[in-house]
Amino acid sequence: MCLAIPGKILDVTEHSGLRSGRVEFGGIVRSVCLDYVPEAGVGDYVIVHVGFAISVVDRQEAERTYQILEEMGVLETELSSIEDASDDSP
Amino acid sequence: MKYLDEYRDERIARALAAEIAQRVTRPWALMEICGGQTHTIMRYGIDDLLPEGVELVHGPGCPVCVTPLETIDKAIELASRPQVTLVSYGDMLRVPGSETDLFQVKAKGGDVRVVYSPLEAVKLARALPTRKVVFLAIGFETTAPANAMAAWQAKQSNLENFSLLVSHVLVPPAIRLLLKSPQNRVQAFIAPGHVCTVMGYTQYEQLVAEFRVPIVVGGFEPVDILEAILMLVAQLEQGEARLENQYVRSVTRPGNLPAQGMVERVFEVSDQKWRGIGAIPGSGLRLRPEFAAYDADKVFGLSAVEVREPPECISALVLQGLKKPTDCPAFASRCTPENPLGAPMVSAEGACAAYYHYRRHRIAN
Repeated sequence: MCLAIPGKILDVTEHSGLRSGRVEFGGIVRSVCLDYVPEAGVGDYVIVHVGFAISVVDRQEAERTYQILEEMGVLETELSSIEDASDDSP
Repeated sequence: MKYLDEYRDERIARALAAEIAQRVTRPWALMEICGGQTHTIMRYGIDDLLPEGVELVHGPGCPVCVTPLETIDKAIELASRPQVTLVSYGDMLRVPGSETDLFQVKAKGGDVRVVYSPLEAVKLARALPTRKVVFLAIGFETTAPANAMAAWQAKQSNLENFSLLVSHVLVPPAIRLLLKSPQNRVQAFIAPGHVCTVMGYTQYEQLVAEFRVPIVVGGFEPVDILEAILMLVAQLEQGEARLENQYVRSVTRPGNLPAQGMVERVFEVSDQKWRGIGAIPGSGLRLRPEFAAYDADKVFGLSAVEVREPPECISALVLQGLKKPTDCPAFASRCTPENPLGAPMVSAEGACAAYYHYRRHRIAN
């Protein structure tokens, strides 16, 4: 019930008085209510629970795992597509 | 998937487990509150990675499991009425009531439908104006904003054939009850990351101060949980008790204010019964009086019902962290996800279901 997963906002629309948008989860696209994340826009990742986005993923914080991987010397080979590994440790 | 796969990286998980092993000098009992975290722990074998002596006690954070039997029986009664369309989250269908379950009612011709989002229930009510559509609105704080929005939308559009059968529970009063219990042996908590995404963590700071117990807000992937365990073990070994936030990518201290605002407009705090645990003061939400026209209990004049729990089921003890699912003589024999005796064997967040899906073969050997 409290399961929630991150997805990427593809577009934002107004739907019967609600702010909603199409959100992509690893290839699957669903309509999601964005009313509770007024700050979220196209390209942002949101955490979605029962059709509602409940938070916007903090990108800098989320990059921390990539930093751990980098420190372990495996990033170059496995996650070469990540352009922006920030140096700011949280 | 981005923001998921990297949190499942086995190398990071093993590095974190090694770090935990280095820090630990004596046994500790930690509780993960949320059933979603219990499933991650079982699925990825996180407990196997931990050094001996670090025990994970599974908490009551399974909304399907703690929904009172009375509510299930009321839902079953409503679904059996010819004019009612009962709409529910999927997990609820096989939860045993006193006599039967919603799945059986559906098989016998009852109009029971499963939705992913409460807004689909509202949409269904608009599409079926001659039916009385009842949404079984259960959940923790994570789900409350979504369920509140359904009630709010119905009221805004004067939708007359829609109502909610509400059973909402709140986490902090349950933690307080566990900590006050003389049987308690939990020394630190992983707080539920998605509940805190909505509510923030100031209520958990109060618990830390009141009971001097370490609490770390944790995410749901293996790396999240191991990191939360490491943070808790570090505090315990140092004799500290602080609130820390591991799930920073989703959780802020104040939480989601627009979502809290909607919950506040629609619901008010009430006493609430938890299946297997009993009544906990101030641990639930009910619809505010302005939403009485959308309260299924009032709309259908539902009265108190007599309930009957199966005598063999030990889910009450499992939900309080006092027994493990495998301590139950009926586990995986007379109680399975297909024929469950209790709700924890049904839900995707139930501890019994987690052990059944990921551990039963090992236990059989």
